[in-house]
Amino acid sequence: MELLINVLAATVVAGTPLLLAALGELICERSGVLNLGQEGMMLMGAVAGFVATLTSGSLVVGVAAAILAGIAMSLLFAFMAVTLAANQYAAGLALTIFGIGLSAFVGAGFVGESIDGFSRVAIPLLSDIPLIGRVLFDQDPLVYMSLVAFVAVWVFLRHTRGGLLLRAVGEDPEAANANGLKVLVVRYLAVAFGGGMAGLAGAYLSLAYTPMWTENMTAGRGWIALALVVFATWRPERVVLGAYLFGAASILHLVLQGLGWNISTELLAMLPYVVTILMLVLLSFNPARTRLNTPLSLGQPYRPGR
Amino acid sequence: MSAALRLKLENIVKEYPGCRANDGIDLTVESGEIHALLGENGAGKSTLMKVIYGVVQPDEGRMLWNGHPVKVDSPARARAMGIGMVFQHFSLFETLTVAENIALGLPTAEARDRRELDQRIREVSERYGMALDPRRYVSTLSVGERQRVEIIRCLIQETTLLILDEPTSVLTPQEVTDLFATLRKLAKEGCSILFISHKLEEVRSLCHNATVLRQGRVSGDCRPKDVSAADIARLMVGDDTPISTRVPAAEPGDVLLEVRDLSWKSSDPFGTSLKDVSVTLNQGEIVGIAGVAGNGQDELLKALSGEIRMDRGDMDLGGLGIGALSPDQRRKLGVAIVPEERLGRGAVPGMSLAENALLTASGQGLVDRGMIRFGRVRDFSRAVIRRFDVRCNGEDSTARSLSGGNLQKYIIGREALQNPRLLVASHPTWGVDVGSAVAIHEALVKLRDEGASILLISEDLDELYQLCSRIGALCDGRLSPLAPTSELTIEQLGQWMAGEFDSAEATHAAA
Repeated sequence: MELLINVLAATVVAGTPLLLAALGELICERSGVLNLGQEGMMLMGAVAGFVATLTSGSLVVGVAAAILAGIAMSLLFAFMAVTLAANQYAAGLALTIFGIGLSAFVGAGFVGESIDGFSRVAIPLLSDIPLIGRVLFDQDPLVYMSLVAFVAVWVFLRHTRGGLLLRAVGEDPEAANANGLKVLVVRYLAVAFGGGMAGLAGAYLSLAYTPMWTENMTAGRGWIALALVVFATWRPERVVLGAYLFGAASILHLVLQGLGWNISTELLAMLPYVVTILMLVLLSFNPARTRLNTPLSLGQPYRPGR
Repeated sequence: MSAALRLKLENIVKEYPGCRANDGIDLTVESGEIHALLGENGAGKSTLMKVIYGVVQPDEGRMLWNGHPVKVDSPARARAMGIGMVFQHFSLFETLTVAENIALGLPTAEARDRRELDQRIREVSERYGMALDPRRYVSTLSVGERQRVEIIRCLIQETTLLILDEPTSVLTPQEVTDLFATLRKLAKEGCSILFISHKLEEVRSLCHNATVLRQGRVSGDCRPKDVSAADIARLMVGDDTPISTRVPAAEPGDVLLEVRDLSWKSSDPFGTSLKDVSVTLNQGEIVGIAGVAGNGQDELLKALSGEIRMDRGDMDLGGLGIGALSPDQRRKLGVAIVPEERLGRGAVPGMSLAENALLTASGQGLVDRGMIRFGRVRDFSRAVIRRFDVRCNGEDSTARSLSGGNLQKYIIGREALQNPRLLVASHPTWGVDVGSAVAIHEALVKLRDEGASILLISEDLDELYQLCSRIGALCDGRLSPLAPTSELTIEQLGQWMAGEFDSAEATHAAA
């Protein structure tokens, strides 16, 4: 029992950065903008959060800096991809490459420094629930933020006018414009939200998961987050599932190694990626449901007024 | 004069580079009036509507709304004034529900309470006899139902002038009757309606007054009920254009094409699957396929051309099974295709007319051992241009630079000059001016008289009745029986278009 709880709690921790980044990208893509710059924005968030925390001594300042860094990066992307209607794929890839380089440059002097990262804060009452309490409600504050973000995104998409505007713009910007909606404003906001969440995801890595800065410390999580959004067919509840599945598989590979299984570590390291993608591919099998949630204009620049 | 004057346009001028789209247009619409705006493509109808709806600003002239001069600088402003518009291409979101689509067009405060909005939608839809469930997804609605969503969206915002752009072009005859009943009721309650169309009989049955445009000017005003359709047509096209062709009866020969139980399952959940389609075509006859857009017309064309491979069924051309052949192999056997989209499928927009000729006519000696013989390509292209009176700057002009009617003449001519045994043409005169339409019809009849079989897929019932010896209708991927045109009433055809036929009977009738 104790082992199970520990594994599940570790699963949530490992899945949280993915969850944060993927929720942001989900909102961004629902507006019809594909931002391949996740990796770059996460790295900038990670380094900004770490440096700000180190110099100010405050984790809150660090988180704020990380979010702002993510937003700043995403606005750079939005200017190219939304205002100038540049190719979204090219602009996103450029953002990732730029972010990898810039974060390494900014963080070069901080490698090897250490800070006191986020520690666990048990929520009274909720953490006393058997099993779930220890797994979900005896975690660090950023995990709680990710849970709140999930609920907020879910409610926003399904039950608010803002969510309706977002879905409308993502499906058909021309028709949205004909209906008097401000397509470019909606897209800017969506991209900025995605940037902020990616920055936060980066902060989770450098302030909570492993409180330190190393170059390229996201290790491809930005790309996994992107894949998650697609395979989750743009539905937040499936993003959660996919993120934790990935977390579980990456913990499993550590556990299996610990148990001394005689499998090559390289094969085991593949496990999270393979399991997550297989599972979500199987889930996204219903084409009609998938189509209802797919932003049809995804990846297509919109130029208002012919 | 009267206090009931709702809209008055005075001397509206709108100029685009190289074209005066509106050249001093006057128009008045009274309250409760159904006013027709008639004219060919390019006559300036859509520009005028855009001016009224605030999409474009006129260069000169003024607009009076309920007697007061106004400046409509955006669609939002027009809507606030009480002007609603239903575009020909609906601006609906397929992945949202009816209520969500309507909520998007409403001010935030009114759209907040979803349950109340559902109630309002139900009330309006019942009151005007347009049954509609607010909770359904738009993707599951038929075209007619989608149009209702657009109209209800206007009505719910207390519209006092409703502009409808060619609303009947997507409807079955029964749906048209229902729509007209709704519009008459609306007009009785004082709502003005601006009805844009080129279907003269409809205008005569529905509208109180009509304004006819030609080349950006008003060519005449009339009361449609008091004049004949031919008179109105004259106003639309001018004096020197023939309005229609006289089509001599066909003399069908032996069976050429025989399709039995053609079935094909669409992998797109919102696409149409073909179900047991059977049809026989004789040499020297034109068979018409009616139906509302999206009921399998495109799929049928693709199955015949070989772009999609049928899952089940037989397809014989002159006794030879062609079901498994590629489009290219079928073309070599004399199958010619004129798809619905002229630009993109019928022709490559950025290529010259000569190069476009090469695309389908390469088998006419235009290619020798893999090398293009440009001289022959040009000759062939010039022959098409000359024979079919294509107005263009020679064979080097790009396909994109031609008007719809001229490009369509070119595409039909390109196929006709290859002496096809079977021609499948989809909506050949859609969006084409009257003069070109007449020329295209003549080309089809000539081809028929030379012994070719023609399958004509069209939504224009007048066209089908005029040209075809037998007509059937597609609905949801199933084909109705094919009846001789002279024995087929328009009511019967309308029922078939709405799917009211027995498939088994259809299979037998065709077999």
